Formats: sequence, structure tokens, C-alpha cells
Amino acid sequence: MLQIMEGSHAVAEAAKLCRPEVVSAYPITPQTHIVERLADFVADGELDAEYICVESELSALSVCLGSSATGSRVYSATSSQGLMLMAEVVFNVAGMRQPIVMSIANRALGAPLSIWNDQQDSISLRDAGWFHLYGEDVQEMTDQHFIAYKAAEQHDVLLPGFVCFDGFILSHTYEPVDIPTQEEIDAFLPPYVPYNKLDAKAPLSMGMYATPDYYMEFRYETDAALQRAGDAISAAGKEFGEMFGRDYSTHTESYRMDDADVAFVALGSICGTVKDAIDEMRADGIKAGLVKIRTLRPFPAEEIAKALAGVPTVAVLEKNISLGSAMKGAVGPEVKDAVTGTGIDVYSYIVGLGGRDIRKKDIRGIAALAEKGKGNMFYGLRTEVL
Amino acid sequence: MVDKSLELFDCGHRACGGCGPALLARLILKGAGEDTIIVASTGCMEVFSTPYPETAWKVPWIHSLFENAAAVASGVEASLKHNNRTEKVICICGDGATFDIGMLCISGAFERGHDITYICYDNEAYMNTGIQRSGATPYDASTTTSPAGRLSMGNSRPKKDLPQILNAHGASYVATASVAYPMDVMKKVEKAVNTPGACYLQVHAPCSTGWGFDGSKTIEIGKQAIECGLWVNYEMENGELTKAKKVRRVPVEGYLKAQKRFRHLFKPQPVTEEIAKIQAIADANAVKYGIDIQLNE
Ligand SMILES: Cc1ncc(C[n+]2csc(CCOP(=O)(O)OP(=O)(O)O)c2C)c(N)n1
Ligand code: SF4
Repeated sequence: MLQIMEGSHAVAEAAKLCRPEVVSAYPITPQTHIVERLADFVADGELDAEYICVESELSALSVCLGSSATGSRVYSATSSQGLMLMAEVVFNVAGMRQPIVMSIANRALGAPLSIWNDQQDSISLRDAGWFHLYGEDVQEMTDQHFIAYKAAEQHDVLLPGFVCFDGFILSHTYEPVDIPTQEEIDAFLPPYVPYNKLDAKAPLSMGMYATPDYYMEFRYETDAALQRAGDAISAAGKEFGEMFGRDYSTHTESYRMDDADVAFVALGSICGTVKDAIDEMRADGIKAGLVKIRTLRPFPAEEIAKALAGVPTVAVLEKNISLGSAMKGAVGPEVKDAVTGTGIDVYSYIVGLGGRDIRKKDIRGIAALAEKGKGNMFYGLRTEVL
Repeated sequence: MVDKSLELFDCGHRACGGCGPALLARLILKGAGEDTIIVASTGCMEVFSTPYPETAWKVPWIHSLFENAAAVASGVEASLKHNNRTEKVICICGDGATFDIGMLCISGAFERGHDITYICYDNEAYMNTGIQRSGATPYDASTTTSPAGRLSMGNSRPKKDLPQILNAHGASYVATASVAYPMDVMKKVEKAVNTPGACYLQVHAPCSTGWGFDGSKTIEIGKQAIECGLWVNYEMENGELTKAKKVRRVPVEGYLKAQKRFRHLFKPQPVTEEIAKIQAIADANAVKYGIDIQLNE
């Protein structure tokens, strides 16, 4: 049944339905409503979890790591500066192979301070060993939490995952959303069975240090597991589709890509605007299409290459900037690499940083630039203040 | 009572000869017993005891980072509690991890009152990275970041009073101990793990390499620190000082002279005003904790 719900509250419902035993997070805009709602659930007896109010994000994820290592399913959520304060633990959790799921309400990074949306926070940690899912709307980001736990906890994966969604644009927007029942989620997501855990009856050491004789192999194994996470996400997404009618078996979604002359590649809520712009452009005879990336890590290079095959020009819309890099965006080079040798032109466009609006006419403007071979640039700068 | 004959910290680890912290690891597990989960910080003990694929720990052990052991332990405890499990949770962390970089996580864990025992093995500097000063380094000790020199007498600040800080968090049991008194260490560990809530133990653990003494002298050095009043073994329960080990104090010179980190105070000639300042620290400790054995006692 569809209910009108704020994005944050839908995420909190999803987290609750996954039955975490320990929840630990620290408030930060625009994630706050999620953890407040979870605190209510615990206070009202609707969620049987230890809710650990920590003094910082550093501790939030460290608490989750400790609980996960002891065999519990855990949940956290953060944004922006909070994620950066966690960064050392983020890498550590992946190396220690703990299947923690954390929601990221995407927000810009300071300086200058900005509470508004872009995707710099999660994208900056794309090499940390977590899988990254991006939602386009409240329904998708809600569903991705169930899929994330299911994929993370597979014994051939055992890696943590981010579920990312645009701060305010999705976290604070009310949309109709179908929240599954507890029985349905219990059927989809069985209780967590750890591969190993801290247990006095079966002692083991976790988080030992590795000499040059062993370190590389740990990294190899983590990368291999992250590649397998891609399959696990697909499988979980397919099963979810069969149970709930919303299929997430693919890492990308193509919109009006047949015969497209120019294709956009994007992540998250911007895809809605892009789809509307594409409809208008098509009505005006401009053959545009969209490849939406749902899974950024592991990077679905093959799927993207297939989706873009035969399109002459690709415009990657980036709500991030890899400062000092040639293409400026972080996603563009990976898309370009995916289609290398095909002659497809790929350009990055930096848009929407720090919450700047992206309008349909901006999308059209970018298509025009791409077709002229102009790209790897900011779009929509206020030149009068530069 | 736990079975103190059990050896739960195995031999074959890679600590220097006479390493105080290595001795302490063994004593902690004798005091705590088998039903224990250890959370470690990055530092000497982590490195000498767990080079993959070897481990010296016969109880479950986890290391995450330098600064977050208290938070990881909070998570371990939360998971145990949720599942009605009975293991005791003990952090064993160096003074750098405790006095400096881990303060945030420790303060949070103590304020939340998790049922954990946090043990600082206090070797009074960052040893793992090559003997740099920490907030626990004593006044005038020469370290690689507080070296004695023409314009320097070594570390310019006195030791931070961390037990008092954690006492102020409302910890029900805060105590100090020394590896030179093994029975006392075991007793205090046992008491701490059986006291509900967050407890803190700070154990003087002489480091032959970092302090500059022969590895056969660890216990002797530990005892000298106590006999001169620069280290005091005491217990605080529910905020009150309940016990302090009394001594017939001797001057600080003997303790200082026995270690290379204080050598600059005596060579080429004794720097009497600096030695007097250190003596004053010991004298102040004696008054604060009432450790001097009086003539009529
Ligand atoms: C965030 C971070 N900063 C610095 C280091 C480097 N480092 C590793 S161990 C250590 C010192 C440990 O000192 P202490 O806690 O006193 O333990 P000890 O080595 O003396 O046993 C330092 C500085 C690190 N691992 N992580
Ligand atoms: S440097 Fe000190 S603390 Fe480290 S192993 Fe050697 S004696 Fe032990």
C-alpha cells in the first residue's frame, strides 16, 4: 500500500524492518530525521535494538564495527562532514569484512560550509571497499536498504555498503512509497548469520596487522569480494523484484536509449529531471537518452558499455568534483574507460554542487555543448561573481 | 574466582626482552579469565602479539584503529548485551591511544557507562613509532619528539591526570597498578571486570627500549617508581580514593639515574633545579594520596 512519507522516515522504516540489533549514529543535517525516527522506534518498543548515542561519527561507525564483529546486524547513517570524520573507520570496516549497511544522505563538503546536496561525500570514499548504491527516488532508496543487507551478508561477499540518496531533495521530500510489511521483509532477509565472530567459546583474532608478505593478498581478496558483491546485488535485486514487483536486477537503468544521439549518465535524484528534459528534447527532435547508474561500486563497466553502445556522445552529470583532475568529475573517467576503443566521446559536466538547482534547460544546454565537443567543465557558474 | 594458572597470552610473541606491557598482557588475562573479549589499539602490544597469521591471544581479540578501541568495545558490549552473552569486554591500549588520540571515544564510552574495563598499559610514550612523547610522558623525560638538548630538558609538561578525568566521568572503579606488583594487577583486573559499568585501570609498564634500561630490570624499575612516589598505586571507588599503597619514600634520583631517558639530568653534571622539580612532583603525589608511612606506623 502506498503511503505519503518523508524520505528520511521511509529510510528509517526500512532500517527498522531489517531488524538491526545495534544502531549507532550521530546527528548531521540532512541525515538527522532518520536517526531521530529510529530513536522513536526504540523508545516505543517498535524496534528491539541497542540504540547507542555516541559523541561523534568516529565512534558511531566504530561501535557498529564492534557490534558487527560480535555477530550483530547493525545500522548507521551519516552525511558529509560526518562521513569524513568516519573515514578511517570506513576503510577499516571493509578491510575487516564487516557487512555494515550505512545510509548516506548526500551533502557537500566544506569549506565553504554547505548543508546542501551534492555527492562529494560518498564519491570521495569510493575506493574504500564498500559497495555504493544510489537511489533516484524515495521508493528506490528505501528498497535499496533491503537489497544492501541481503547482498552484504552473503558469505562470499561480507562487505559493507552505502545506500546513498540526495540530501534534502530526497531525504526531506514527501513521496508516495510502498513500505513492505515485517513478514515480507523477514521472508526476504533472513537473520544475519556471521561467518565468524568474537566469541569466548571459539577465540580468534580479528584486525591483525599484515606484513608485505600478506597485505597485497588481503587487498586482492577484498576487491574480488567487491566484484562478487555486484552479482549479489543483482541477485538480491531480482529476488526483490519477484517478491515486490520492483526489479533491481541491473546496476543501471536505461531511459529512451534506443537510437539516442546523446546520452546522459547520472546518479540519484537528478535522473528525474533528466528524464523530463529528455522527453521535451525528444519532442523537439533531439534524440537524447539516459543511463542511470544505481551501483557505482563495483563499477558496472560492462553494463554501461552495453547501454552506451552506438551512441556517439555521452555527457556525464557529476555532483562531485575530483579537484585537479583532467575531466573534473570522478565518474566521467570510469565511463570513458568503460567505452574505450569504441570512439564514443565522453565528457563530464560539474553541476549542482552545494545544492545549486539543476533545471531542465541546464540539461538541454549540456546536451548542446556535448554535441559540439565541449565538456569537462563546470556548468551553470555565476560568472559575475568569479 | 578465575583460574589464575591459565596462560591465555601465549609465548612466542615479538616483544623486546623485559617488555613491561607483554608481562601485563599475561597478568590481565590471568585476572580476567577465559570468558573475555579483548579490544586493542594500534601500538606495540598489537604489533608484537598479532603479526598475521600468528597470534599470542587465546581469547577473542580485535584491533581496529589507534584511537577507537573504547568505541569498538562499546559496540562489542552492546552486541553481547543484546544477546544475553556473558563475556567481559576489556580494552588494552597504550598511553598514546588513551591519553591523546583516543580521548574522544573514551570519554563517550565512559559517559555512556558501557560495561567495559579499559586498561591503559602506560609505558609513558609512543613506543611503536619510535619513542615519541604522549600526554603520559613524565616531566623532563627525553623522547624523540621531546629530546633533551641545549635549550631543552626533555618533555616540558607533567603527566596528565587521566584517572581523575575518568573519575569525573562517574566511573565506579578507577585504579592504578604496576607490573612490578603482579598479584595486585590481577586482583584489580578481576575487580574491574566484575564491577558493572565502565572501569579504568592504568598500569605502569616499564619499557626497556623506550626508557633505556636493561631488560632484566623491568620489575626493579617499576618498584623504584613506586618507592620514590613518582608512581602511586591507588584505587578510587564511586569517586572516592579508597586505597593507596604506602611506602617509605626514597629520593627520586635513584629511579631517574637508572634510565637513559633521564640521563641528561645527570650528565655532564647533575641539573639540581630540574631534579628538585621532579622531587616536588613526587612530594605532591605523596601528599595527594597520603602514601608516606609515618614514623609511628
Ligand atoms: C590515526 C593514527 N595516527 C598515527 C598512527 C601511528 N601510530 C601507530 S601506533 C602509535 C603510537 C602508539 O603509542 P601508544 O598508544 O602509547 O602505544 P605503544 O606503542 O607505546 O605501546 C602511533 C603514533 C596511527 N596508527 N593512526
Ligand atoms: S618498545 Fe617497549 S613496549 Fe614496545 S615491545 Fe619493546 S619493551 Fe615492549
